[in-house]
Amino acid sequence: MDELLQVTVNGIVLGSLLAIAAVGLTLVYGILRIVNFAHGDYLTFGGYMAFVANVTWGVHPVMAAAFAMVMTITLSVSLEFGLWRPLRQRGAGVTSLLLTSIGLALVLRHAIQWGFGSNVLRYRIDVFQSYAFGPIRMSLNSIVVIIVSTVLIIALGLFLSRSRRGKAMRAIADNPQLAAASGVNTDEMIVTTWVLAGGLAGLSGMLLAVLTSSLEINTGFVFLLPIFAAVILGGVGSPFGALAGGLAIGLITEVSTLAVPFQYKEAIAFTVMIAALLIRPQGLLGKARIL
Amino acid sequence: MDVSLGAAIFSLDFWIPVGVLAGVYTIFTLGLQLQYGFTGLLNFGHVAFMAIGAYTSALIIFHLDPTITIPFGLFSWTVPQTMYASLAGIAVAMLFGLLISLPAIRLRTDYLAITTIAFSEIIRILINNLRALTHGDQGVFGFAKDVTGLSRKVSDVVPDIGPIEVNKNFVLFVLVWLVVIILFVFLQRVVRSPWGRVLRAIREDEDAANALGKNPFAYKLQVMAIGSAIGAIAGVFHSWHLLFLNPGQFIPQVTFFAYVILLLGGVARNIGIPLGAIIFTAIFAGTRSLTFWPLSLLSSADRAAVRLIIVGSILIGLMAFRPQGLLGNREELLLDR
Repeated sequence: MDELLQVTVNGIVLGSLLAIAAVGLTLVYGILRIVNFAHGDYLTFGGYMAFVANVTWGVHPVMAAAFAMVMTITLSVSLEFGLWRPLRQRGAGVTSLLLTSIGLALVLRHAIQWGFGSNVLRYRIDVFQSYAFGPIRMSLNSIVVIIVSTVLIIALGLFLSRSRRGKAMRAIADNPQLAAASGVNTDEMIVTTWVLAGGLAGLSGMLLAVLTSSLEINTGFVFLLPIFAAVILGGVGSPFGALAGGLAIGLITEVSTLAVPFQYKEAIAFTVMIAALLIRPQGLLGKARIL
Repeated sequence: MDVSLGAAIFSLDFWIPVGVLAGVYTIFTLGLQLQYGFTGLLNFGHVAFMAIGAYTSALIIFHLDPTITIPFGLFSWTVPQTMYASLAGIAVAMLFGLLISLPAIRLRTDYLAITTIAFSEIIRILINNLRALTHGDQGVFGFAKDVTGLSRKVSDVVPDIGPIEVNKNFVLFVLVWLVVIILFVFLQRVVRSPWGRVLRAIREDEDAANALGKNPFAYKLQVMAIGSAIGAIAGVFHSWHLLFLNPGQFIPQVTFFAYVILLLGGVARNIGIPLGAIIFTAIFAGTRSLTFWPLSLLSSADRAAVRLIIVGSILIGLMAFRPQGLLGNREELLLDR
């Protein structure tokens, strides 16, 4: 019982991180039809920017997180103007954009490798502190991750359901022609999408490195497939689905370690994703739709 | 050190292993060309079939070490282990190809890509952790006695040809490119046959193909099985080339490399594949070994990074400016739908 409680908590920690990383990916997927295989490397980029601020300059982790977000937003918005928009104007389809994102992922990841080397890096954060809550032990790292993610998930939920921009974004993701016809400024919303996706990627990249207390060039890419699993489980283009999918994938991954050796937990998560596509391809919260 | 590496570009000892690698990548990507180029199946898990082919054949020899002897009256023939182990590897890869196809190929392109890449990671995680069977990340050695034995026999009989030393790499070079030629001829016949025309019809308009009484699902299953088998052949050659297998050799990046080669050579153009593979491996080998400016400014660690920045940039550049690749035909391009 205690064990179940412990893995559930671990699952919620992982799941909340997956959730905030997945919202950006699903919005980009839904609004721009970009299956962005470079999204994981946006996370890595954020992680390294936080490293520059936190270790090289020695600033407080909170400031480092802000810096990571600003830099990753700058990256994702510049890439929109320098890469994605020109490609769209040339009429690139889903597959072209997907393959382009693979190229972009290779460039980003190895530009980071060129700049920082391949060593595993760590932030200047105390990683050994941990606290007991009854039978559950949580490291300071995972407490930070769960608090930050919970606040963000609530903020995102309010933004997407209450604000004009949030509603417009969901409208475009749902049906771009209808949204444009209803007077939504698509170009403006696209930039907003990249700001949101970049900021969340930058922050979740740092949080991921905090949670695993290690940062290396594959940090984000390794996390990409679980993020995709969350996006697919939640239904592509649905931000609320991505939040739910992220939590579900996190829980499945960690709780499976009770039954299966922990080395297989990612394999379990991927199997669940494939099974979900078979049974309910529109996702947990998605509308029935032919794929 | 640098001087000797600089001289390496004039040495066949250097280029023949590069040529073997180009051959392995050519075979690997020809399988992908059939699936993606001709049928439009965006298989992102192709590396899994390379892994399955390589590991199945290596592990049969490693664990079972069986001998099969076929009697011919007074004589008998002991079948080389490598021969049937390789065939088993190819067969197992085909089975797995069918297995993943059942859920995957009914899906839309982007979902197919994610499903298959997840499948390839599941396979890699299994290989990494089924230690009793695969030795995990310690890897498998000592499965290529037949291959090293054959190359020793050949080098005993065949004299060196001018500057070319007849050694294991040379024998493998000849073997792999022989298989490339056979596969190439086979695939050219296949894609020009009525069966091959149906594949293109499915790629262009699945509903229309269906309306004409062709069952797209059955054709896609066949294509996945054949492509997986070809991937496994590449895996077997890969294992003979390195004489060592570990799960780290089968990361998703290998599949991405095959897409770079395919798009470089040309979508739906088989002849583009060897060209793409040669350019790709030359970039890899060149950035490792050339020492003139500006490459001389980089350390070997930097070169490893810069090489992949170049590969990624080529992919982006191709998609932006020449999505049909060097030899591809713009009309055959399914990318922009």
